[in-house]
Amino acid sequence: MLENALKGSRRYWGWIAFLAAVIGIGFLCYLRQLHYGLGITGMSRDVTWGFYIAQFTFLVGVAASAVMVVLPYYLHNFKAFGKITILGEFLAISSVTMCILFVLADLGQPMRMVNMILYPTPNSILFWDLIVLNGYLFLNVIISRVMLDSERKGLEPPKWIKPIIYLSIPWAVSIHTVTAFIYCGLGARPFWLTAILAPRFLASAFSGGPALLILLCLILRRVTRFDAGKEPIQKLALIITYAMAANLFFVLMEIFTAFYSDMPEHTIHFRYLFFGIDGARNLVPWMWTSEILGIVSLVLLIVPSTRRNESILTAACAGTFISLWIDKGLAMVVAGFVPSPVGNVTEYWPTAPELMISLGVWAIGFLILTVLYKIALTVREEI
Amino acid sequence: MAVDRRNFIKITGLAALGGAAGKEAMDALAQSEAKFSPMDNALHGKRWAMAVDLKKCKKDNGCKDCIHACHSVHNVPDFGNPKDEIKWIWREPYEKAFPDQENEFVPDDLLHASAPLLCNHCDNPPCVRVCPTQATWKRQDGIVMMDWHRCIGCRYCIAACPYGSRSFNWRDPRGADAEGKPYIKEQNPAFPTRMKGVVEKCTFCDERLAKGLKPACVEGCKQAALVFGDLDDPESEVRKLLRENFSIRRKPGLGTQPEVYYIV
Ligand code: SF4
Ligand code: SF4
Repeated sequence: MLENALKGSRRYWGWIAFLAAVIGIGFLCYLRQLHYGLGITGMSRDVTWGFYIAQFTFLVGVAASAVMVVLPYYLHNFKAFGKITILGEFLAISSVTMCILFVLADLGQPMRMVNMILYPTPNSILFWDLIVLNGYLFLNVIISRVMLDSERKGLEPPKWIKPIIYLSIPWAVSIHTVTAFIYCGLGARPFWLTAILAPRFLASAFSGGPALLILLCLILRRVTRFDAGKEPIQKLALIITYAMAANLFFVLMEIFTAFYSDMPEHTIHFRYLFFGIDGARNLVPWMWTSEILGIVSLVLLIVPSTRRNESILTAACAGTFISLWIDKGLAMVVAGFVPSPVGNVTEYWPTAPELMISLGVWAIGFLILTVLYKIALTVREEI
Repeated sequence: MAVDRRNFIKITGLAALGGAAGKEAMDALAQSEAKFSPMDNALHGKRWAMAVDLKKCKKDNGCKDCIHACHSVHNVPDFGNPKDEIKWIWREPYEKAFPDQENEFVPDDLLHASAPLLCNHCDNPPCVRVCPTQATWKRQDGIVMMDWHRCIGCRYCIAACPYGSRSFNWRDPRGADAEGKPYIKEQNPAFPTRMKGVVEKCTFCDERLAKGLKPACVEGCKQAALVFGDLDDPESEVRKLLRENFSIRRKPGLGTQPEVYYIV
C-alpha cells in the first residue's frame, strides 16, 4: 500500500517539496536551539511554557476529535461516516505525532527523554500523558491499517479489531482529559485550577477537530477525485455546532465564577487576557478576535440555512478553528503564567526561530497527513 | 542526629515490638551509624527549616549579603537580563512575597520591607509531585533536592511551584557573553556548574550541611536575620525563635507546608 504514496501528480510533488522545505528550515532552527538552548525562544523565568506546549495542547484536541467520527460509525453504525472515518483516524495519527514532536522540542535536555521511561513516575501526570498519547497513536495505526487493508481486499474486517476500536473511543477521551490534568492539578496556577478544564478541553476539541476535518474534505474534493458527500459534512457540522455551543457555555461559566466571586487570584488572568494588566496587552486583540470569531461562527452554524450553504459553512469552520486555536494554541498556556506567583507581569511572544520550529512540526504533520490520505484515496480509487 | 544512650534503649525497645516502629528504629540506627562515617561532623536534622527575622533583615534595606553569599558559592550565573535570570535567593517587596497577607494597614517598616525569598523546602512539595523523572525529590530530612543530571528540562516543576523558587537554564551557564565575560564571574571549583536545559534552585546547602557547615546565606548575613535549624529539635534556635515570635509563611493556604518562616 505504501507505494501509493510514491506515485503522484506534479501538484502532489510540489506540495510535498514545499512541506519538505518548511521542515528543513524548522530543523535548522531546531539545531540552533539545541546549540544555544531554549533561551532562543520567547520564554522566560516567569513564562516557562510557551508556543510549543500550547501547540501540543491544541493538537491533542485535534487528535481526540477523531472519536467524533469513529464513535457514530462503529458504535451506532452510522453509515454516512463510512467514507471519512479513515480520514479522521489519519488526522489523529498525524496530530499525535505532532504532539510528541512539540513536547520534544520543548525539552531542555531532549537526549534525556528516556529518563521518563527509565524512572517511571506514576505521580506525575506527564508520565501518564506519555502513556496515553503513545497508546492512542498505536491504536489508531493498527485500526486504520487493518480497516484499509480489508477495504482494499474487499473483505470484512477481522473480528479482533472490534474491541480495539471500542477501546480507542474512551482512549480518545482520556488523552485530552489527561492533558487537562497536567494543568488543572496545580495549586500554583489559579487560572488553570478549575474542574471544568477537562470538559472544556473536550468541547473545544470536538468542535475544532471536526471543523478541520470538514475543511480537509472540502480541500480533497477540489484537488482529488474524492468527494466525502454532502451528508457526512452536514452531520459533522451539527457535531461542531453542539460542541462549540458547549465550549462557549463552559467559557462563560469560568468567567462567571471568577468575576462573581471576584477573587483577585482568579480574575487577574482573565483581566490580563481581555483587557491587559500593567500595560501588558499582547494577547488582548487576539482574545477578542477569538471570542468574536467563535460567536459569529456559532451563529452561522446554528442557523440551518447558513449551515447548509457549503461556502458559508466553510467560513464558519475556518472561524471556529482559528478561534479555538487562538484560545488553546496561544492564550491558555501563557495566561496561566501571567502574572507570576509573586505578581510579576512578564509578557511572552514567540520568537522567529520558535515559530519556524513550530511551523516545521506542523509541516511534518501535514506531510504525514498528505501521504496517509494519498494512500487511502488511491486504495479507494482502485476498488 | 545524635542518638544518646537513653534514646538508643528506647529505640531498640521499640524495635523489639517490631512492625512499623521497627522500621523507624532501623532508620534511626542507620542514621546514628552515619556518625562514625568519615563525614563525622555532618549536621543531622529531621526537619530542616529556616526562620527569617524581617525585623532584623529590613533594617538594612538593599542589603544583598545573603544573595551574594549563596550565588557566589553555588556558581549561579548572571546573564545580565531578567528573561534568562537564575536566582536561588532573592528579594521581593513584602506585598509580593505575601500576597495573601492583604492588609491595608501594616506597620510602615514592614510595608517597606523586602523579604529574602528562596525555595521553601515544602513538606508537601508540589514540585516533587509533578516531576516525571524523579529529578526532584524530597530527602528524609525535608530538603527538596534536585538531580541536575537527570532533569530533562520539562519545567513542569516550575509550573507547579507556587513560590517562583525555581529557575531554568535557558542558556549555557558555563558560557560567556559577547565581550567574553563569563556568566559565572568567579567559579567556585568546589561546587558543580550546571548545563543548559536543566532546572535549578536552592538546596538548603546540602553540600555544606554534610560538612557540618550552616547554609551559606545564614553565614553570610551580618544581621543574623537568617536562622537555620532542625524543627524536630525543641531546643534548636529556630524552634526558640518561632516559640517567642509571631511568624508567617508564604501562601499557607495551598497546603504545601513551607519550611521557611518569616518573623514579622
Ligand atoms: S518552594 Fe517550590 S521548589 Fe521549593 S519545595 Fe516548595 S514547591 Fe518545591
Ligand atoms: S524540569 Fe527537571 S526537575 Fe523539573 S519536573 Fe522536569 S525533569 Fe523534573
